[in-house]
Parts: sequence; structure tokens; C-alpha cells
Amino acid sequence: MTTDSGLVGRAGLQFYGKMCASISHDIKNVLAVINENAGLVEDLCFAAERGKPLDPLRLKRAAADVKAQIRRGDEIISGMNRFAHSVDSDSVQVNLLEIIDLLAAISVRFAAMRGLTLQIDRSESGATVTTSPFLLLNLLWLCLEQAMEASGPDRKVALAAERISGGVCLRFRGLEGLKAAPLGGLSAEPAASLCCALSAEVRADAQTGEILVQLAGGRG
Amino acid sequence: MKVLLVDDEKELVTTLAERLSLRGWEAQWATSAEEALDRLKSEAFDIAVLDVKMPRVDGLLLKKKMQAMCPAMKFIFVTGHGSSQDFQTGASEVGADYYLVKPLNIDTLTAKMNEALRR
Repeated sequence: MTTDSGLVGRAGLQFYGKMCASISHDIKNVLAVINENAGLVEDLCFAAERGKPLDPLRLKRAAADVKAQIRRGDEIISGMNRFAHSVDSDSVQVNLLEIIDLLAAISVRFAAMRGLTLQIDRSESGATVTTSPFLLLNLLWLCLEQAMEASGPDRKVALAAERISGGVCLRFRGLEGLKAAPLGGLSAEPAASLCCALSAEVRADAQTGEILVQLAGGRG
Repeated sequence: MKVLLVDDEKELVTTLAERLSLRGWEAQWATSAEEALDRLKSEAFDIAVLDVKMPRVDGLLLKKKMQAMCPAMKFIFVTGHGSSQDFQTGASEVGADYYLVKPLNIDTLTAKMNEALRR
């Protein structure tokens, strides 16, 4: 396998664009809810000016909804900020639990659109690897897309990170519809070039219903 | 006039329904395509306001299903796209004449609803 840097670059830009579009949709929804609550308060004030009594409980509920949306918006933007900073370095120590947390944060809308939930196994929190966080996220996203297609009837995809001999491994579990295939069933490109750039190996285990991403040189 | 609001953002549809009620509309809501279709089995609506991107069944497919059940019903789409132009290609495929971008301006929404109902 060889790395096609142009192909990796194009795939990376597509991945970045896809995630930004999804995140912007989420932010639009947050703004839409805040907008309706602000509008409702205006409507109620307008009605009060015409003699209808104001209901303080309704106003409190509107304020609580706005606060909840601000918290939600802050979480979305924090995820977007972490994602944007993933391009800062081509080689940095990456905590794998943090990277799957970030993957789940930026992918949650894609999962929700398919009626799926993403579950993170937090039992192994110390596994790290020195790599490009952005390229790793891109490869993991391709795996997650494949995993979401193969999820079982419980509509869950579980993500886990762990240390293995000579490296680290990321697992996508609960994939009852998975078929054994080279590269875990991913399209040959850009997956092959990403694997080469990351010294990674992707494989699908149809028996256990898992896609495995192994990275050499990790640490526990 | 009776309007059904469909969006998976529950806080959005409930508040919008309340605001439309204050403006004299008989507004009801659903948070999924499945719930909207269930509701349509027992009740008639003059118009539906549908979010384009929803889990499992999106707004465009939902419109086709609802129209098969209620051919006279009118539809307005709302989208989280950056502009309504981004959405026009998909919308024209299902014959959606009206589409608005989130966050909504309620005066624009009610104007479009009235316009759709007059047609």
C-alpha cells in the first residue's frame, strides 16, 4: 500500500466539509429554538399589553428552554472547535478515548438521522498513539459510516479503544450485518491511503460483529 | 385552519405551535414522520410544515406519504441549510413550492401558509 497524498487531501476536505455542514445544521436548530422562545416571550408581552395576564411559569419555562439550548450550542461548538484544531499537527500524542469521544460528538447527528445511538466504552482510558489526529478521525469516520450501515436491530454502535501487543486498537461493535471484507468493507480509496499514512490496519470480523482499526506504536 | 408541524426538535415544534395558536391557527405537532402519519390517519389538516432532515424518514419522503393520504393538503418545508437556494433542487423534485430557512420568521411563515392555502 502507498499513500496518495492528493487523494488523502481531497478526502480530508470532503470529510471536513461534511462535518461542518452537519454541525452548522445543528447550530441552526439551536438558534431556531431560541428564536421561537424569544418570539413567544414577545407574543406574551404583546398580549399582556392588551390586558391578558402574563403567566410567570410560562416565562420561566421559556427561559429554561433558552438556557438548555445555550448549553447544547456550547457543546456543539466545543466539539467543532476540537475538530478544527485536529488539523494543527500531523504528529501528536492522541488519547484514543478522547478521539472516539470527539468522533461521537461530531457524528451524533448522522447516527440520529439513521435512528442509531453511539455508545462509548470508557473502560480503557489511557491508550495513546502518536499520529495525525485529523487523518485518524477521517479513517475512523469511514469505519463508523460502514459500522452504521451494519448495525444490528438494537440500533446501537459501540466504540472502544484498547491497548494490544505492539500498538493500540479501536473497535466498532454490535455490527450484526457485517460481512468480512478487505479493509473492513471500506471503499479501497481513500481508506487504503489513510491506512498507509497512519500505519493502520482495518479489518472486519463478521463473527464477532466488529470493525477493528489497529495502529502500530501506541502506548498504554 | 388546521396545521400540523413536524420536526424532530420537540422544543421547536411545541413553541411554534403555541405561537401559531396565539395567531388563531389550530396548530398540532409531531416529532417524527411516523408520528405525523399516525396523526393523519385520525385527523385532517389543511397544511403541514415539515422539517427536511429528520431521522429515518425525511421531510421530502414524508410529504409524498402524506400527500398520498390527503391529496388536498398543502406543504411548507423548513430547512437548516445555509440558504433556501441550497435546498431548491431536492425540493423541486417533490413539488415543494414553499421552503423556509431556520430560524423562522413567524410572519413570513404565516404569510407563506396563507399563500399556499389560497392556491
